[in-house]
Amino acid sequence: MSEHDHDHHDHDHSELSEMDLRVRALETVLTEKGYVEPAALDAIVQAYETKIGPHNGARVVAKAWTDPAFKRALLQDATKAVSTLGHVSRVGDHLVAVENTPERHNMVVCTLCSCYPWEMLGLPPVWYKAAPYRSRAVKDPRGVLNDFGVSLPKEIEIRVWDSTAETRFLVLPMRPKGTEGWSEEQLAGLVTRDSMIGTGFPKTPGAPS
Amino acid sequence: MNGVHDMGGMDGFGKVEVEANEPTFHEKWEGRVMAMVRAMGAAGAFNIDMSRFAQERLPPHIYLASSYYRRWLLGLEGNLVNRGFVTASELTVGHASEPAKPLKRGKFGIDDVERIMVRGKFGRTAQAPAKFRAGDRVRAKNIHPVTHTRLPRYVRGHIGVVERDHGVHVFPDSAATEAGENPQWLYTVVFDGTELWGADSDPTVNISIDAFEPYLEKA
Repeated sequence: MSEHDHDHHDHDHSELSEMDLRVRALETVLTEKGYVEPAALDAIVQAYETKIGPHNGARVVAKAWTDPAFKRALLQDATKAVSTLGHVSRVGDHLVAVENTPERHNMVVCTLCSCYPWEMLGLPPVWYKAAPYRSRAVKDPRGVLNDFGVSLPKEIEIRVWDSTAETRFLVLPMRPKGTEGWSEEQLAGLVTRDSMIGTGFPKTPGAPS
Repeated sequence: MNGVHDMGGMDGFGKVEVEANEPTFHEKWEGRVMAMVRAMGAAGAFNIDMSRFAQERLPPHIYLASSYYRRWLLGLEGNLVNRGFVTASELTVGHASEPAKPLKRGKFGIDDVERIMVRGKFGRTAQAPAKFRAGDRVRAKNIHPVTHTRLPRYVRGHIGVVERDHGVHVFPDSAATEAGENPQWLYTVVFDGTELWGADSDPTVNISIDAFEPYLEKA
């Protein structure tokens, strides 16, 4: 069995991994002691697997691209602005939206742990929580962007936001050219997760996805 | 504490590896761990800063060699044992044998799920006027607390500029050690890349942290 197969084995397989057993033991103890209901744990997992993801943030970005008053409100107080969009997501306090412009590119990291705007983007990808990104984003952001295949003009300012408190940052990327007259829904389809972290751009109209 | 979790500016970890079409969880147990941490935190077994501090205290070689959710599990087990909610032998056996310890907010059930879909509130009422305002030059203090802090090493001793204030928030350094919320003003402070990384660094890079007032002094 290859290393890869071992790491991603089928959970219906009768041989449970050490981690499966250890986590199952903890859950059994917490349940028997009356601390948690397993059904509540199921519901939490399901919410993050099915309901909360980058589509939430994408709708906020698309709205900002089409509605100048909303964009102003978003940059002023993102929590307040997003909470007016009842259909998007409930959102916690201290959400900060930061705008990319032709002069400035924003990028978000958490060097100390893994702080990330869950309500807007869902749970963070592995790379966001791993040592290479956390260590280099603040020292060599252009090098990190190269790892993502992103290259910025050398005169553009790069602003890195290290999420060291309970503030959470959402990058508002620039609206792609060639999208004049597009609906919010069409535009939301161009907004990628990485474009809202600052490690990528929105998709370009007509380009293969 | 000056732990390996404080990674900003370290070299040698290699390239960022991006996984295409990454699933929310790679293993079923990862989701269970995430859910247990959220549930036990919401029930009042520990706060978010205790949760972070428990991971920071893992031995460096364990921290670095563990996957993300394995760290969460080790931190969770550590907090639950240290705070008397479970015993190490219960975890080994996989069954409860000691009486339960009351949780501040009681058992976490299905009706509690909705409220944790929104983050907790960390804003508090000011205890004193803000010492700094946007535009002030400040120095991140050269301090090295041996317990939890949110002041990364790479800015300590360096001069930056206050860009905005976020009002008053729970102070993690206190909350992590059960010293109370001790609310403090919180500011975004911006540093020039060259101030942090020297004359050879990229002059177009600026880095900000969100700094609690006790981390800062007038420069």
